[in-house]
Amino acid sequence: MNTHEGTTVLDPTAEQRPATRERTARPASLSGLTVGLLDISKPRGDVFLDRVEEQLTTLGATVARYAKPTFTKPAPADLRHEIAIQCDAVIEALAD
Amino acid sequence: MVRMLEGTTRSADEVVALAPPNLAECTVEKVAVNAVMAGCRPEYLPVVLAALEAVCTDEFNMHGVLATTMSVGPVLVVNGPIAAEIGMNSGINALGHGNRANSTIGRAVQLVLRNVGGGAPGGIDRATLGHVGKQGFCFAEDEAGSPWDSLAGERGFGSGQNTVTAFCGEGPSLVMDQLSRSPESLTRSLAASLRSTVSPRIVMGMDAMLVLSPEHMSRFRDAGWDRTRFLAELAEHLMFDTDRIIAGADGIEEGLPVALAGHRLPKFRPGGLLVVHAGGPAGLFSAIIGGWKNGPGGSDPVTREITP
Repeated sequence: MNTHEGTTVLDPTAEQRPATRERTARPASLSGLTVGLLDISKPRGDVFLDRVEEQLTTLGATVARYAKPTFTKPAPADLRHEIAIQCDAVIEALAD
Repeated sequence: MVRMLEGTTRSADEVVALAPPNLAECTVEKVAVNAVMAGCRPEYLPVVLAALEAVCTDEFNMHGVLATTMSVGPVLVVNGPIAAEIGMNSGINALGHGNRANSTIGRAVQLVLRNVGGGAPGGIDRATLGHVGKQGFCFAEDEAGSPWDSLAGERGFGSGQNTVTAFCGEGPSLVMDQLSRSPESLTRSLAASLRSTVSPRIVMGMDAMLVLSPEHMSRFRDAGWDRTRFLAELAEHLMFDTDRIIAGADGIEEGLPVALAGHRLPKFRPGGLLVVHAGGPAGLFSAIIGGWKNGPGGSDPVTREITP
């Protein structure tokens, strides 16, 4: 809400600003790191991620696989937390 | 704003819902601001509030409805005495323009989702094409002219209750049948169109809304068919031999997994076809509004009572 010279202007938005955080620094190498692969549960997403897993393994990474219960809803908070504490990096894939 | 807020007994600071996708606390006041911008009259505000309560549920899954690349959005159907009291249109051009209540209630809901929820097109809203109903899509059912129980009645509400039902749908598609005189013929004709809803290769995964016009409805009224009979007869013509719609059948790569060959499956899951009566008194046309992925992994229709 903003009042100016007797006129009150109402804000139609939530008047929220997203919190900003520094990104985690990109790792120089994936060797020895755990990389999470999040399948959003779209058809054939697993085909794509299987190939990505092969490539990451070749680079020396340990791969952990995760899946959303459904592609139509955001990943549950517990799943996001699980990935955050178990992985050094994550790749989320969309595929049809 | 003061007059708009007088349209409800709810206090301005009451949180109506957490508006997706940002799950922002959405107060009555925020809804009222957007309702003014949409062009609502104060007496529409309770409908807008109930509609938001309906779409901001886990069942309706508004976040997913916004985020999908499919061209869908909330389709709002109002039942009960309030529809006539606030001047909603359930007759000529019911799904179209020209009625302030129909045009602005849906618009207000969309503005709240965009402004409060943060679901802007090109942001979280990723629809490939969208449809004009995403400007706002709201109409009333013609209950007085229908021989059947209303949509809200089917969903467990009394005839005196005011409700709004939110359905995740595409734009309407016309069904023309000007020659059927028997309910059997018209049922087959409607089924032929319903079979291709969203895609002729998809079964059970998506719901639909059928808006029966008065002249089409008269075929069933005159023959003494009730809704149960109509839906049962319709279902017989909505069975698919999966061999015809598996991937690769008829040279079309889209289709069911080949593993499902050799079955017979219905076009819609049980209860997956919502039937509403609306439209002008003349014209042998009805409309189909195709849905989106249904069930817990998608969006289910949600009905909420409209309270003052």
